[in-house]
Amino acid sequence: MKITDAFTIAIRAILGNRLRSILTTLGLVIGVMSVIVLIAVGQGAQVGVASKIRGLGTDLMFVQPGQSNDRTTGARAQAVSLTKSDSDALVAASIPGVIGIAPQISFNAQLIAGSNNSRGPIIGTTPDYVTVRSSPVAEGDFITDSDVERRALSVVLGSTLATTLFPNGDALGQQVRLAIGGPLGFNFRVIGVMAPRGGVTDQDLQAFVPVTTMQSRLPFTRNASGEISVSQISIQTTPKADQEAVKADITNLLVSRHAVATPDFVVQSQNDLLGAASEVSATLSILLGSVAGISLLVGGIGVMNIMLVSVTERTREIGIRRAVGAQSRDIVMQFVTEALALSIGGGLLGIGLGVGIAMGLNGRQVAGQAMTTLIQPWSIIVAFAVAAGVGLASGSYPAFRATAIDPIVALRNE
Amino acid sequence: MIELRQVAKTYVTGAGPVHALRGTDLRIERGEFVAIMGQSGSGKSTMMNILGLLDRPSGGKYLLEGNDVSNLDADARARLRGREFGFVFQSYNLIPRLSAIEQVELPLVYQGAKDRRKRAAAALDRVGLNASFHKRGPTQLSGGQQQRVAIARSIVVEPRVMLADEPTGALDTATSAEVMALFRELVEVQGITVIIVTHEPDIAALTDRVVRMVDGRIVEDANPAGLQTGPLPTGQGGAVS
Ligand SMILES: Nc1ncnc2c1ncn2[C@@H]1O[C@H](COP(=O)(O)OP(=O)(O)OP(=O)(O)O)[C@@H](O)[C@H]1O
Ligand SMILES: [Mg+2]
Repeated sequence: MKITDAFTIAIRAILGNRLRSILTTLGLVIGVMSVIVLIAVGQGAQVGVASKIRGLGTDLMFVQPGQSNDRTTGARAQAVSLTKSDSDALVAASIPGVIGIAPQISFNAQLIAGSNNSRGPIIGTTPDYVTVRSSPVAEGDFITDSDVERRALSVVLGSTLATTLFPNGDALGQQVRLAIGGPLGFNFRVIGVMAPRGGVTDQDLQAFVPVTTMQSRLPFTRNASGEISVSQISIQTTPKADQEAVKADITNLLVSRHAVATPDFVVQSQNDLLGAASEVSATLSILLGSVAGISLLVGGIGVMNIMLVSVTERTREIGIRRAVGAQSRDIVMQFVTEALALSIGGGLLGIGLGVGIAMGLNGRQVAGQAMTTLIQPWSIIVAFAVAAGVGLASGSYPAFRATAIDPIVALRNE
Repeated sequence: MIELRQVAKTYVTGAGPVHALRGTDLRIERGEFVAIMGQSGSGKSTMMNILGLLDRPSGGKYLLEGNDVSNLDADARARLRGREFGFVFQSYNLIPRLSAIEQVELPLVYQGAKDRRKRAAAALDRVGLNASFHKRGPTQLSGGQQQRVAIARSIVVEPRVMLADEPTGALDTATSAEVMALFRELVEVQGITVIIVTHEPDIAALTDRVVRMVDGRIVEDANPAGLQTGPLPTGQGGAVS
């Protein structure tokens, strides 16, 4: 028997039982589809997170307060262990490779302008912030050295925040009231509006004030010894700087300043963040991929199941074919071809649906975030190959069973 | 030429062995038209299956044109069967969904033959089914027409032997006569050996030789008028006792 004859027989059998054929391949269709969609979503997330981290600025390093298990005292150090004077000491040390240092104190508060208000992070920082975080100002100025010196009641608004509070776009020079709970509150003057950024945390909803203003006006930003606790120190290095060396210098300096055995803070480079994030999203990709893989497998079992039923149902047909001269390999070819045609058909349908859905999801707003999907050509190839392989495997056993059918018994089978 | 020598067939069942054939000798020459008769369960179908290489004897020898074919494996039997034998069954045994012409093409498909469409159409024409029937499926044909399709399918490979197990069992008298006339034509015009199993004496009367079976043995081998065509081989004393 020629392969074209086997193919014709297979197509006839598939079309002769349309509904069943569709239901049979449904599992595979869904399997292939979900492999493509889920991998596209996983990869999209991975790339999206990486680009957001890069969007923070370049050649960045972050120092954040951490906890340390001080074995000498057996006590756990206080979580808030990083201060404005740490930041000043880092500036004074002029570590080679470091070109900018910006401490950040942040807390959530409500900003009110007339009848408009918004709640978001208020960040106390220094003029370096603009260059360190490559976060340019769109209108007006950022906090200046004189603002820091004078502990000025000046505020720079994030772009979204500015339009929320001043829908007419006339934020510059206006008064904003910062409410920190109870009767406490201060009026700030808007001196600038940031350019829009996007990003990991919604940076466009932030407001910036001089770090010294925070220190003097907001007593709770000071720790027990009267120092200003900072939530993060952003450090920019030159592009060629050895980040590991810079990290070591920072660590040594702060460890000796804090007089601790093990660091009670964390120094992370942008690469560390990228690594951690891509590890998370790679794990996510693998997880999504395996879920999809399992559904592909289940789909294959469905095909095998129906092929077994099909062989049993067509016992008599097999008997007739054998009586008129079909050899074992002809029977095997018939059923394997049928299973393959079903699986390949299902695979192609799944690819069409998967690519369509992945493209449709790209750019959609999901839970307030724009979703990115990246269709991976290899996922299409793998899904299709697995579908075809599943077809081959799930057709082989039923086909082998078919050859074991005795033509006499088959012909007697009414 | 077909020759069975002391062929036995024993089925092993849960209730013990069933002796369907108990040492049968039979010789059929090229171009003979033979009817096999006998009570239900006497072993007629069993013998036909062995003759048609659908089954193997459990004892004795089967010589086809002088070659021992008793021990061929399933695929070798399938090849030989496809070339040398045509089958017609009481229940037609057509494949659902295939049109008449596709049914007839089937043996040619497995032979990898050329000109399948043309040869199948010619075979259908020979059994009296013109082009208007070629595209019809089994459900769109009468019993007699289905049996004609089955006959066309069995002659399309130009077999040497046609084996028909109760071919008229499901047909009325007039249609049965037409089918028998068709067989007669195959014998006379094409020189095909036709062996049929039948329960009806009227049908058997239309053949040239009647072989009668009882309980797995041949007890009579005569022309339709009841005249012994030759002495029964020794060891087959069923009829004497
Ligand atoms: N596969 C089988 N397994 C067990 N016994 C069988 C099998 N096939 C046939 N037999 C037995 O062998 C004997 C002969 O059967 P066979 O089918 O040859 O009879 P037959 O002459 O064709 O009968 P009928 O006229 O009813 O078709 C019967 O007793 C039958 O029950
Ligand atoms: Mg029978």
